[in-house]
Amino acid sequence: MSLWEYANPKKFVATTTPVIPWVFGAALACLGLGLVWGFFFTPDDFRQGATVKIIYLHVPAAMMAINIWLMMLVTSLVWLVRRHHVSALAARAAAPIGIVMTLIALWTGAVWGQPMWGTWWAWDPRLTSFLILFLFYLGYAALWTAIEDPDTAADLTSVLCMVGSVFAVLSRYAANFWNQGLHQPATFSLDAETNIAPVFWYPALLCMAGFVLLFVALVLLRTQTEIRVRRMRALVARAART
Amino acid sequence: MKALLLRDLRLAVRAGGGFGLGLAFFLIVVVLVPFGVGPEAQVLSRIAPGILWVAALLAALLSLDRIFALDHEDGALALLATSPLPGEAIALAKALAHWITTGLPLTLAAPALGVLLNMAGPAYGYLLVSLLIGTPALSMIGTFGAALTVGVRRGGLLMSLLVLPLYVPTLIFGAEAVQRGADGLSAATPLLMLGGITAGCFALLPFATAAALRANLR
Amino acid sequence: MPDLGDYGVYVLSAYGGAAVLLIGLVVQSVTRARRVRAELEEVERRHG
Repeated sequence: MSLWEYANPKKFVATTTPVIPWVFGAALACLGLGLVWGFFFTPDDFRQGATVKIIYLHVPAAMMAINIWLMMLVTSLVWLVRRHHVSALAARAAAPIGIVMTLIALWTGAVWGQPMWGTWWAWDPRLTSFLILFLFYLGYAALWTAIEDPDTAADLTSVLCMVGSVFAVLSRYAANFWNQGLHQPATFSLDAETNIAPVFWYPALLCMAGFVLLFVALVLLRTQTEIRVRRMRALVARAART
Repeated sequence: MKALLLRDLRLAVRAGGGFGLGLAFFLIVVVLVPFGVGPEAQVLSRIAPGILWVAALLAALLSLDRIFALDHEDGALALLATSPLPGEAIALAKALAHWITTGLPLTLAAPALGVLLNMAGPAYGYLLVSLLIGTPALSMIGTFGAALTVGVRRGGLLMSLLVLPLYVPTLIFGAEAVQRGADGLSAATPLLMLGGITAGCFALLPFATAAALRANLR
Repeated sequence: MPDLGDYGVYVLSAYGGAAVLLIGLVVQSVTRARRVRAELEEVERRHG
């Protein structure tokens, strides 16, 4: 008798296994192209000099840090409502990726900030909100590892994710209130007029696509791993009982 | 629910209930600050509102794991869960009990500690009001955090990691209210925001807390 | 290498740090995936 409690996990693994290498390849292509283009073939900014090249890493990473948390929120809700294990495990799988993205954003931001603003760190609303997001990610990941029963862990981390999301938004507004800030307002928006110059925009877009694809490949792979770990534990537990 | 609240209050005040510990911790932290930053009165006066808020927040944090831990250990929590009392009411009662035994005493003690930090005159009233409005939120958020980690052995540190980031908005508006009051400006906006956060916490977090308790007691 | 001006060390550190983090993440994900896959096969052979 199969211990796959739902058809879902087995189907998920079967469907995604052939897909993952292609997504990885596409991610590498986009990232490779975007970074090479941006690093070697774009001019310097007149104010920021060569440091503007950091944008091709900093902005996509920051975007992903936020979007990954949103993805975790959605998958947590799906778990709470529909009890699809794959959903809960996908949230768990995504968290470390989000943590790394946040770290990249914080690191590249600090290195960019030092020559531009004269400081590695400033308690600017955007940076502060990112630091708080980083703490939320850590707490979320820590809670998963602290709870033994996987279903209980899924429930608790899902609730934490939801409450955390509300407070993350709240903290954003509170941080804005608390300090006006020197991080520039968003330069990437859907409105073309407020965009930065096209010469930077296109390679940046390519890098963003690359980061998204990389995330997809990694989260599919890591979710597979979580599914396998869960199945392994179930098999071992069953064997211990008989 | 009233019975639960009264029981918790009685348990907390009894010897071994940890009632005075939070206050003592509050005092100790405030006393430590001048040793860290130097005794210069002007410096202390400048940072007093923030220090008092952070110290109160930490003192509130300290007594959080008692909210559910003791009941969980002797099985009383499981019994409570099977009672006709809804989880949300249990959460509310626990949060209120924590506030009455910890948050409220901290609030009342704060002005005295403000003297130690040479806090400016006008700030005292704002300190009291901001803590009065904000500490209930700390208790409710803390109750949520305690419910999440009730099953974790030695879960205190994990709970702090989960709860402290959630405290940030309350801290920001609370300290800002006192700072503005000390500078003679209007503190209406931060106080209103503070009240909003506390109200929101009590409206939403009992449900999240109950969900966490249900998950842990299954 | 384009002329990075005075900012060479910053740009390169940014790229370097990001590379370490990203490559580290990918390597860890793939390595753990392979290891778990092998362990599961072993467990399935014994208990499945």
